[in-house]
Amino acid sequence: MKKTLLAVIFSCIATIFIAAPFVMAAPVPESCPAGFTPAVTDSIRTEDAGIPKTVKTDTSKIKVDTLDEAVVTAVRKSEIIPSQTLAGEQLKKLSANSVTDALRYFSGVQIKDYGGIGGLKTVNVRSLGSQHVGVFYDGIQIGNAQNGTVDLGRFSMDNMEMISVYNGQKSDIFQSAKDFASAAAFYMRSRRPVFGEKRNNFDIKIRTGSFDLIDGSLTWDFKINDRVSSSVNAEVMNTSGKYKFRYKKTGLDGGGYDTTETRRNGDVFSIRAEAAVFGKIRGGDWDAKIYFYNSDRGYPGAAVKEDYGISLLNEDRQKDRNIFIQTSLTQTVSKTYSYRFRAKYSNDYMNYVMPPESTVQPMDNHYWQQELYFTTSHLFSPFRFWHINLAADLQWNRLDAKGTDMFNANFIQPRRITALAALATSFNLDCGLDMQASVLYTYVHDMGKRKDIEPAKDKNIFAPAAILSYRPWKKTDLTFRAFYKKIFRMPTFNDLYYVQTGSRDLRPEYTTQYDIGAAYRKRFAKGVFAGIEATADAYYNTVKDKIIATPTSNQLVWTMVNLGLVRIKGIDIMLAPSFRFGEVEATARLSYTFQRAQDFTEEKKGEDLGPGVEDYYGDQIPYVPVHSGSAVINCTYGTWSFNYSFIYTGERWMLGGNIPVNYIQPWYTSDISIAKTFGIRDTELSVTLDVNNIFNQQYEVVKWYPMPGTNFKITLGYSF
Amino acid sequence: MDKGRTTIRIIIAATALAMTALASCRKEDYILPSEGITVNPWDSISGNIRGFFLLNEGNMGSNKASLDYYDYSEGIYHRNIFGEINPDEVKDLGDVGNDLKIYGGKLWAVINCSNYVEVMDVSTAKHLGKIAVPNCRYLAFKDGYAYVSAYAGPVEMDSDARIGFVAKIDTLSLRIVDSCIVGYQPEEMAVIGNKLYVANSGGYRAPDYDSTVSVIDLGTFEEMYKINTGINLDKIEPDNYGNLYVSSRGDHYTIPSRTFIIDTRTDKVTDTLDLLPNSTMTLAGDSLYVLSSEYNYITGKHEISYAIWNTATKSIVTRNFIKDGTEDIIQIPYGIAVNRSSGEFFVTDAKDYISPGTIHCFGPDGRRKWSATTGDIPAHIVFTTKSLKTL
Repeated sequence: MKKTLLAVIFSCIATIFIAAPFVMAAPVPESCPAGFTPAVTDSIRTEDAGIPKTVKTDTSKIKVDTLDEAVVTAVRKSEIIPSQTLAGEQLKKLSANSVTDALRYFSGVQIKDYGGIGGLKTVNVRSLGSQHVGVFYDGIQIGNAQNGTVDLGRFSMDNMEMISVYNGQKSDIFQSAKDFASAAAFYMRSRRPVFGEKRNNFDIKIRTGSFDLIDGSLTWDFKINDRVSSSVNAEVMNTSGKYKFRYKKTGLDGGGYDTTETRRNGDVFSIRAEAAVFGKIRGGDWDAKIYFYNSDRGYPGAAVKEDYGISLLNEDRQKDRNIFIQTSLTQTVSKTYSYRFRAKYSNDYMNYVMPPESTVQPMDNHYWQQELYFTTSHLFSPFRFWHINLAADLQWNRLDAKGTDMFNANFIQPRRITALAALATSFNLDCGLDMQASVLYTYVHDMGKRKDIEPAKDKNIFAPAAILSYRPWKKTDLTFRAFYKKIFRMPTFNDLYYVQTGSRDLRPEYTTQYDIGAAYRKRFAKGVFAGIEATADAYYNTVKDKIIATPTSNQLVWTMVNLGLVRIKGIDIMLAPSFRFGEVEATARLSYTFQRAQDFTEEKKGEDLGPGVEDYYGDQIPYVPVHSGSAVINCTYGTWSFNYSFIYTGERWMLGGNIPVNYIQPWYTSDISIAKTFGIRDTELSVTLDVNNIFNQQYEVVKWYPMPGTNFKITLGYSF
Repeated sequence: MDKGRTTIRIIIAATALAMTALASCRKEDYILPSEGITVNPWDSISGNIRGFFLLNEGNMGSNKASLDYYDYSEGIYHRNIFGEINPDEVKDLGDVGNDLKIYGGKLWAVINCSNYVEVMDVSTAKHLGKIAVPNCRYLAFKDGYAYVSAYAGPVEMDSDARIGFVAKIDTLSLRIVDSCIVGYQPEEMAVIGNKLYVANSGGYRAPDYDSTVSVIDLGTFEEMYKINTGINLDKIEPDNYGNLYVSSRGDHYTIPSRTFIIDTRTDKVTDTLDLLPNSTMTLAGDSLYVLSSEYNYITGKHEISYAIWNTATKSIVTRNFIKDGTEDIIQIPYGIAVNRSSGEFFVTDAKDYISPGTIHCFGPDGRRKWSATTGDIPAHIVFTTKSLKTL
């Protein structure tokens, strides 16, 4: 089995190496025959992030650095600015509960986490706002036309092979128009099967730990023939979501309070199942996938003062059911032409309930969302150094809802057609200069099932981007890079049509980004110091016509407006040294982000009203720390693995200006993970212990949403 | 092997070092002191009014209800005084302050989303006690009892919203002694003679709003009857002629906000004032100061007006009582109060609801005297005849 695996890996590398001059433009990670070469694809991506990854077998080790030159030559031209990526073993060792836990290790990324396993989790990149981050799963964007944000809490790490964050856009020009259409992008890639001698691979995992967590998952990979394989993965999870939290304040002249409460109504029950088929054709590959997710959870709400046994805010329940099917086909027809087709249909149902037993307004709202998406991209390479991509996407969205009488009487039941076209070109010159430019055209047409309510007007928008990369010396792996991008986000269905808040006159919200940076990489064949990778970027972003909720006449009546201007100046630095001490390998990854994200909304400017009146013009925007960073240290010794990770988030402010009442303390947590694998004949048993927040820090990511203190998890895995 | 151990040791040592360095980043969490700003050093006490308390609502879920105090003798505006005076009170004042009143030497504050009524000493603002009332809204007082309107009455099986109730609280023992079912989502109340009038909004039942004023006999503490008035009722203010002014918020679509007059001798609606949109009001002599901030979802328009209504002649005195243009900088007028000794009046600006608001003080001539930054959503003002001694 081991030998076969090795052979597969080698042959794939050889294929890439030999094929490289011919398929220069074909992006290796996508066109590398799926189901046969994930280990290598994985290594390539890991290299991007500067984490040397080893492909292990019992008899020998293949260090990625030995493959480096060959592989990178083939890949470099397609993606001229590498992403921040975590993949494979490295990703596993972070002992993340969800993808958002893993995302915390990326620089420039802010996570909003409302606490616990069931709490809403969203990602924000470089302070542009979470609705500007496109979330892609296996190459296709996960849409939410209703509110524009994707709850990342529902994506399990169990079936994840790789996660990457791109600033601006993925700098691979052979991609769909949607890949050009967001200000930042987060890509998740599910695991693809690897086969040894056997035609069947099974993997069973059982997890248990704090919050009464019980989670079981099963993976079955089946090799149908040399060209086609399949993979099925299913997971069931149940948690009470209960944990203790503490609020403690000291009085100025003594006294104060110290209260410990239990987070309640945070229970989650979820079922997730995915099945995929991967196939290989001449010069390309195809895949098809079906995804199902079903969950029932409580929303614990804000842990505000309550003196009645139940709080007004924490009785809500939510049910979700998500289904999608998607398929993809990529082929390199000749050295001058490649194409790709992708299609997706998704059907989502959500039910939000505020039960009549709670003291607030009872509510039982049902939402049905459907999306149909089709994309085709065509890559032309008239010369070895010149590529042109033309991509066209068509998307149809529909939202139906049923709820309170008020809602039913005034909701338009919107439908939307979006057509996107992207034209991109790149020049990859021998002097080390890579250039890319793209323009994206977007047409949006809204309709309503209800003909008596006017929908929003059509939108026609062109949006440009340009990327430059320069490697001045062939022998020194030092690259300078820069990009410019202007893009918008469409107002969501909620922004435009939500009953008693929506405003159909909203304009799109624009972001502009400027970035310059450098990346350096060096490997050493001998000695303790195995290598280093470093990147640094400085950037300036603006967010204009920001769509925000604004109140009207009372606490219950709000509306959406285009108001707000944010300017963001930032620096992201990443440093990843690796070491070897005999049998022990140690890698580290340090990242630091500085961000000054200021609110320059005209309305925040104070009038001159005397000494008693303050203004908050130019204040740091809520929930964005000026300083943040992370450190991960990973050691492996034989079948043992140890991981320590540290996250730091500096002081922040909640909504409403940088004043003492809005101050939120910095937080920093340390997590450890120890794993050991046992080989039993040709099967493998693994045991992992994760202990998170080992110093039991009481902290909040979002004010009044306390996070758990020390918690643990034990995972037992058996693969055969 | 040895090398491996050394590495692990180095890593542990480095980690410990990093931890120590970073541990210093987190400050001891102190209760915030109040902030006092001199806004009008030339101010003076007129009549027996020595100052006023202002309750900031704070946006729902932010736990930012807060109490401010203005001292006329020094012209100092003190922001956020509750925590400093009551450091032992867990999580400060709580979530969404909804009403503030003084009765019998005590300062009462209704904290809506924290489901309780806070009772303080009026001359120290020190906590005396609290009463749990689910989804409590407004206060009224009569003969040693406090009345608190609340949304969360019994759950009715056949209805999609809970009916509201009024709790009767003994102001000495601070215990609920009785309760009375009223309409849906009851708001403000007024006591006339031995009757308690309760404005029912039915806000949770939109578009099937409640449209009644419940009349409770304070002798039996039972609802006698309901007066059919207008949809989505909110505020209620008695004048000096036996009339009650009741505000209707409308539905923000086709039915506009307006004001109704009920004659309490007959308990009948005598006037419907279509041209007096009303968000909140306060009476000073025969002048009813009416603030209106009305949004319409169909037109997308937000209309604001500041009117004075003469309750003796039942006619409009002015459509804008601010005379110096200050109305142009007020984003969302939210609270109104009149100092009946000096005639000066106050308008609060809730701005975007999530940032600190502003209070503007105007002379009787309608010209701005001073302004101060408040807490979030400044809303409810009570004047006090006793100076606050604890600051």
